[in-house]
Parts: sequence; C-alpha cells; structure tokens
Amino acid sequence: MLSKRIIPCLDVRDGHLTKGVKFRGNVDIGDPVETARKYYEQGADEIVFYDITASAEGRGIMLKVVEKVAATIFIPFSVGGGISSLEDMRATLLAGAEKVSVNSAAVINPGIISQGAEAFGSQCVVVGMDVLKVKKSRTIPSGYEIVIHGGRKHMGIDALWWAMEVERLGAGEICLNSIDADGTRNGYELELTRLIADNIRIPVIASGGSGNPGHMVDAVTLGRASAALIASIVHYGEYTIPEIKKYMNDAGVKVRMNW
Amino acid sequence: MIAILDYRAGNLTSVKRALDHLEIPNRITSDPRVLSSSGGIIFPGVGAAGSAMRNLRENRLDEVIKSLVLSGKPMLGICLGCQIILDKSLENKTSTLGLISGTCDKFSQELYDESGQLINIPHMGWNNIHMKKDCPLFKDVPETSEFYFVHSYYPVPDPDYVIGITHYGLDFCSVFGRPGLWATQFHPEKSGKPGLKILSNFYIYCLENL
Repeated sequence: MLSKRIIPCLDVRDGHLTKGVKFRGNVDIGDPVETARKYYEQGADEIVFYDITASAEGRGIMLKVVEKVAATIFIPFSVGGGISSLEDMRATLLAGAEKVSVNSAAVINPGIISQGAEAFGSQCVVVGMDVLKVKKSRTIPSGYEIVIHGGRKHMGIDALWWAMEVERLGAGEICLNSIDADGTRNGYELELTRLIADNIRIPVIASGGSGNPGHMVDAVTLGRASAALIASIVHYGEYTIPEIKKYMNDAGVKVRMNW
Repeated sequence: MIAILDYRAGNLTSVKRALDHLEIPNRITSDPRVLSSSGGIIFPGVGAAGSAMRNLRENRLDEVIKSLVLSGKPMLGICLGCQIILDKSLENKTSTLGLISGTCDKFSQELYDESGQLINIPHMGWNNIHMKKDCPLFKDVPETSEFYFVHSYYPVPDPDYVIGITHYGLDFCSVFGRPGLWATQFHPEKSGKPGLKILSNFYIYCLENL
C-alpha cells in the first residue's frame, strides 16, 4: 500500500537556508546540505528546495547545492524557484534533482509544462500553484484564484481549471499552496485540497498552514492529498519527523516507518 | 567494477552517485569491451521503452547485453531497465530484450485504492514489497522497508520468476528474476538505506561470482 509522504521544504537564498517571514525579512538558519542530510536520516520521504534568490548568480550557487545534496541523500528531491526555461530544468536535473517545480513561469508560459514533460518525463515536472480564496464569479467559479509573486498578483485564473489544465499538459504532480493558510499554523486549506485532489488523477502535495501533526493527518485524509509539505514546525525543532510520522501512524495513516 | 549501461536515456547519474557513496567502483559506459570486463551490469532508467530499445539497437547493445547475460554476467535492471528485460512492452508496443518471458501492462484508470479513491497514475511514492521467495539482493533488508516507485507500466513476468509483489490498485510484480539476473520496478538508488543495501548486495553477488 502506498504511503503518504512527508516532505520538508527548505528555502535557500544565496546557498544558505533561510526562513522567510512571508516574503519580507529572511534569517539565515544554516546549511542546506547538512539540513537535508539530517532530514534524510530522520526519515523524510522527499525534500523540496525552494530557491528564493532566483537571480542568474543565485541559480549557479543553487546548482552547486543541488550537486552536493545529490551526493549525500538517496531519496527524491525537487528544486523550485526561478525555474523558467527548459534549460533551467535540464541544468537542475543534471545536477542531480529528481524533479523540478515550476510556478509563476508555468502560469505565464504553460507550454513549459508540456515541453518539460516531453523532454524529461512527466514524473520530473511538478507544478506549484499559489491559490487565494476569492468570491465565486463567472471567471473564478470554484472561488479559488491563481496568484503569483507570493500572492501579490491576481491572475484571473480559476485554480480548479488550472489544476486540470496542468494535468492535461503533462505535469506529474501538483504542489498546492494556499496563500490564505500559509504561515497561519491553523492547518492546511482542506476544502481547496480536496476540491483539487478529487478532480485530477496526478498526486497533490498539500502546502501551507501546518502547525501540528494532526494537520498533516487531515491533509492526507479529509484533504485527500498524497503528501504534506512542512516547513517551520520542523525547522524550529517543535516536532521531529519521527514524531510526526509516529503520530500519523498511530492515527491510522500509512506512512513510511522504516528507513 | 560495475558497469552502468549508458543507452542515452534515463537518469544514469543517480545510480552512479549511489555507487560512489557506497564506494563501489563503477563506470557509465556503452562500450561492449567495458561491459564485458565488468563484474556486473546495472541497467538503469526512466523514460519510454520505445526510445530506449531504439537506442540499444542502433548501437547493437541489445545483442551485446543478451549474450553477456546468457553467458552468466550478473545484471540488475531498474525501472525501465526492468521492463526491457521482458519480451515486450505495451508502452509504444515495443518488442524488448526477452531475457525473461513476460510483458508490461499499464495501470488501468479504473483501479481503486484502499480508501475507495481512484488511484493516481503514475504510481509515485513509497510502497512495500511482499517477498514470494528468497533473493540475495534482499539479504539483511528489513521486511517492513519501503521503496521508491515512479511508473505507469508494471511488469508481468512468467510467474516462475516472481520474487516480490506490491499492491497498488492491484497486486503487481515489483521484483523478479533468477540468480544473476534481477529486475526491480522501484528505484533502489532513491530508496534510502534499504535501497542502498540492495545495490551493495548486488555488488557482493558480482564479486562472489567473478
């Protein structure tokens, strides 16, 4: 039986791990390679790196980090942030990432999804979606709208329609981030997660809002997500990954307990 | 030395990194002489069966691999490499190496998981293996270990060769083979410590059978 995945997300800036406070100040909290290794040892099922530099120079530094991580951990990991071309994808995969994640670039140029899937296989292409709850309207019938630039720019695109579209274009997975829930620690946006997960056949990673292991149980049961992304609750040591997994396992969720 | 077969498809470097980490001497190669002088071959891969077989045939590597394996060279096929060992794949209606009798089928869209939801395709993530028989690759690998899968097609070998099965909407064969020729549908190079153990067990088998 397939396990539900627990995926720590590491924000990287200029090769350093940072913890951002909603796209404002960033505090340097350590070395991404060491932290990835620690989470690997602790039983993370996958790791996501999000490069928040996204300048040309930052990309080069990020590729070095990816190479070191690939030689250190032997579970899948993905890299997102600033990937906007087939060349960016190729460089990141060649450096050793299993998957690349595209977000704003896919909204602006959806063709990158199909090109990436064609060139590298669907399983390599994750589409990140930033979603904001809005009033239901003719253009946004689901009441969930796609936003970019950390929620600052509304795109007038319905999130459910977009999820089905990225599946059609060949994405292998969707990382679904609720801007409303992000940073609240009140739990994932379950209604949104379930709406998307019920209407597509590719896996959905729930993101934004986790404050305790119970939230992760909810995301993969009520929300029907395949995986839950976590950040601050492990970065600040409130919970360890083994504690989270034990909690989920005790709650009857199938998670990988032996690593 | 372990030869990692280069057939211009799939992720060769992740297998190489895992072997490097285990300090197992290895080389990525498509040179028949290097393949022949190796202690064993790993046939890695993600990608489509059609283009993989085309690349193999263009370089006559299909014949090279077949004759090496039939003369007793140990080989481990991973993911696509595992599917190619069989007779044919439904993916691109491709005729494959035929080292072990069997085919590859696609996961049906109509399958349900344990909670009654339609399964996601591809089968992506960590899953268990229920061993049907002993296999030296799984020596000292705990039975509760899970392995990383990413695939939309699954192997259906001759039942005599089935070693392990995995459940995803249905029971499918996730490990098969015979002594010296094995295939895993999952990625040992991405399956954490249990996966690394399988790679080092393969190397030990190669050393013992030089």
